[in-house]
Amino acid sequence: MALKLEQIRDRLRARFPEHIIVEDLNNMAALVIPQEIYHDVVWFLKSDEELDFDYLEFETCADHPPDLLAFVCYLRSLGHGHRIALKINLDRNQPSLPSLADLYANADWNEREIFDLFGVIFHNHPDLRRLMMPEDWTGHPLRKDYLHPNVVKRPD
Amino acid sequence: MGLIDNRIPVHMEKTPGGGVMMTRLASLLGKVPGVNAAVNEAKASSMWYMLFGLACCAIELMATGASKYDFDRLGMIFRATPRQTDLMIVAGTLTLKMAPRVKLLYDQMPEPKYVIAMGGCTIHGGPFYHDSYSVLKGVDKIIPVDIHVAGCPPRPEALMNGCLALQDLIRTEKLGHDRDRPGLRQITERQVPGMPPINHLPPGGALIRPNEIPILG
Repeated sequence: MALKLEQIRDRLRARFPEHIIVEDLNNMAALVIPQEIYHDVVWFLKSDEELDFDYLEFETCADHPPDLLAFVCYLRSLGHGHRIALKINLDRNQPSLPSLADLYANADWNEREIFDLFGVIFHNHPDLRRLMMPEDWTGHPLRKDYLHPNVVKRPD
Repeated sequence: MGLIDNRIPVHMEKTPGGGVMMTRLASLLGKVPGVNAAVNEAKASSMWYMLFGLACCAIELMATGASKYDFDRLGMIFRATPRQTDLMIVAGTLTLKMAPRVKLLYDQMPEPKYVIAMGGCTIHGGPFYHDSYSVLKGVDKIIPVDIHVAGCPPRPEALMNGCLALQDLIRTEKLGHDRDRPGLRQITERQVPGMPPINHLPPGGALIRPNEIPILG
């Protein structure tokens, strides 16, 4: 049976004492969870029978200089049909997270892409190399303050 | 496949006994009336192009190769290896990561070889000229380009027109003489009323090594 976001939040709050809040994220409600319990939360979401989030849809980041780098991942339960967005606010200067590659196989390349373009370090990732840019590239192009000599600014 | 050319003996020097023979043959043949034109006609009538597409222009390239427009009536068929091709149609956005690979493919093609830059991206970056960190702005920064076909993407008629222009270019060649490359460039474009023709193309054709790709604005 598909659970509502509030029910999912309440189940998480019953399990984890840390502060979990609901935030509106571009027309979709997201659970903002602390960085420390991120991997445990995803493990719980996947392994709990009523939640059963067995599919990692997507992982991405949003850059908010100067301090915030928001990591977002979308999970879906194919059996129950419910869906959730998790958001983790990272320190923009030293962003790091545990990898989800041990829970979801497709997290491997998603996280390589985020490492490549945003510079988030994923601990325990099996193969954290650049995915899109050349191997010897420096910098992370999707950061808002990224500068490169190849870039020609569009005239106003 | 290509026919003998003044450049081939340079490559055949590695073959014992063949190099000197071919050099004499080419320079002698060019003096016989009619041979030059016949060789050029043979070259122009069998431009085999590389099976190779980078982005959305490749869709138009495929459409041109398919039955409605039919490259085959120009004697053009695709080959899946650079060793058997005469013509490289760079169809699509060339990223900095892909650029050394394209240069490698070009170097693997035997002489005589020609390049058609298809679409705005390969001419000067196209829609990715501004605010792009990953696109090579003009394929003629790494390989010499004979024909530029403008459009985004060009219609099959425009690409066909570019191939006909390349045939005309080949017919001006002389056996035993270096091809004037890359100065011979022609631009085909759809004329838009009120718009100036493309005359601000970057200076092209400097041959450089893959690790020296310039990052220019």
